[in-house]
Amino acid sequence: MAGASATTIRSPLDGRGRAAPSQWAAARRRFLRSGTGMFGAGLLVLFALLAVFAGQVSPYDPIHQDFRIEREAPSSTHLMGTDEFGRDVFSRVVWGARVSLQAGAVAASIALVAGLFLGMIAAYYRGRTDALVMRLMDVLLAFPYLLLAIGIVAILGPGLLTAMIAIGIVYIPNYARVVRGAVLSVGARDFVEAARAVGARDRRVMWQHVLPNVLAPIIVQATLNVGTAIIDTAGLSFLGLGTQPPTPDWGNMLSAGRSYIIDSPWIATFPGVAILFTVLAFNLVGDALRDAFDPRLS
Amino acid sequence: MRGYVLRRIAYVLPVLLGVVTVVFLALRLIPGDPAVALAGEKASAAQIEQMREALGLNRPLPVQYVEFLGRLAQGDLGRSIRTGGDIGRELAENFAPTIELSVAALFIALLVGLPAGILAALRRRTAIEYGTMLGSLVGISMPVFWIGLMLIYWLGARGGWFPLSGTVTPGLEIPSRTHFYTIDSALTGDVAIFGDVLWHLVLPAITLSTITMAIVSRMARSSMLEVLGNDYLVTARAKGLAEAAVLLRHALKNALIPVVTVVGLQLGALLSGAVLTETVFGRVGVGRYVLNAITARDYPVVQGTVIIVALFVALISLVVDLVYAMLDPRIRYS
Repeated sequence: MAGASATTIRSPLDGRGRAAPSQWAAARRRFLRSGTGMFGAGLLVLFALLAVFAGQVSPYDPIHQDFRIEREAPSSTHLMGTDEFGRDVFSRVVWGARVSLQAGAVAASIALVAGLFLGMIAAYYRGRTDALVMRLMDVLLAFPYLLLAIGIVAILGPGLLTAMIAIGIVYIPNYARVVRGAVLSVGARDFVEAARAVGARDRRVMWQHVLPNVLAPIIVQATLNVGTAIIDTAGLSFLGLGTQPPTPDWGNMLSAGRSYIIDSPWIATFPGVAILFTVLAFNLVGDALRDAFDPRLS
Repeated sequence: MRGYVLRRIAYVLPVLLGVVTVVFLALRLIPGDPAVALAGEKASAAQIEQMREALGLNRPLPVQYVEFLGRLAQGDLGRSIRTGGDIGRELAENFAPTIELSVAALFIALLVGLPAGILAALRRRTAIEYGTMLGSLVGISMPVFWIGLMLIYWLGARGGWFPLSGTVTPGLEIPSRTHFYTIDSALTGDVAIFGDVLWHLVLPAITLSTITMAIVSRMARSSMLEVLGNDYLVTARAKGLAEAAVLLRHALKNALIPVVTVVGLQLGALLSGAVLTETVFGRVGVGRYVLNAITARDYPVVQGTVIIVALFVALISLVVDLVYAMLDPRIRYS
């Protein structure tokens, strides 16, 4: 290994995963020039701040019940009205941001880590390993995603953690496919061959030479995926399989609001608007990043 | 073509076996005693034994697997713990309305999404293109269960144009022959009953169509834009063909191929969305069936439903692939 370390193989991105300045700087410039991308990023920052400072922003305790004011319409006292237990809907939407953003991010991260690992070993070792991993991914893809998630929750039991794991597992094939494709294209390039030729071990070649060069499509996929994971974990909560009451989560707020949609539509309207804008923001940023990394696609 | 068909079938068979095996193992490899885990902590010894018996957990794993495959091959999905009924029969009753809803949603998605995407490509940098792009972006960002609730409120409760929930007006009798409500109601020969079923289908189908509509319009636009830049269209115009003929006969035909591929891939997503849509509208379907099963810890039903729906999706994807190959020789030779 010492010999391999002494011989420096320069990949287009440098060995420590730092961006080669030209490509990444150009992508950053293109992203900063994208109006829709910056709008999405602004929305994301806003939602992230709401989630972090939920305690300071929300005017009421999100789980405090007051039956004297149940199902009150939006007013200056309760901006988004109150729910069936007299809880302030605005405070619950703000606290729900914390749960829902976390659920989306964790589910997408589970999928990212597992998909990255599987995609890289499939593409790097090829042959039987590749066939085995990708057939397993085909099997997972054959399931309608929500039914697979429901099946997993049925085994593990309902709850936020199992919902995040279930949605994470559902998305693994998407990452594995993207990573495999990207690694296959990078793996055939000269600098990877050169690193192997000087005796660098597989793990070193993968982490220091291959991975930094396949980051762009993975970042785009992950950004778009957090948005869909937020919708899907909210979907499981809506079905009663995710976050359990009284913890506020946009999905279970919609589920509760369903029973009162005729008389008190605000209970279901605002959590849905929150999901819409959050997912829209992730989609705008994801699209802008894709265009920034590969301007030919725009 | 025969070689392609055989290759495609050879590809899908291991996937089908994999689906069945994953469902089989997922349950049996959970730590501890699966029967206890599935029956729940508060279950009595008799309930745990019932679960063990229902799933055949008291035999060695390889024996269980062979028996499981054998029963499945005979179409035997076992009996529901909750109702004691035959799962295959119950599933047929509940899956048909879900397929019906998904097909209706796909129809609406194509009816609106395709023309919107094509027009957006033909009228670049106009309000049509910007409107379509914005609409599709919002469409893929909205949860279907929220869209459903908003449609119930605005078009059902406020507008009074559509029923708020259900598959058919309570009290109307429809003899069940195919389990598809539209077909069964049409078979009664009573226009009012058929109309009632369609009337109940409109809002759920619009709800479920939104994401597919958004994806189809995006795909149709980008595919059409790509085709419009091809040399053969210049040739077609140079030969003096009318613009409508150039667009319809040469551009549209080629632009539709990737769209059809996307539609095939959307089937699983549509069925997933259908589970949520059914819950919002209180419709009969796989969604309600499987959720009731989870609540009652009726795992044989969950297992049977997941397997059958996944096998159905895999087989439909196979059929769709074969149809593309018939339509486009480039696919079967690639």
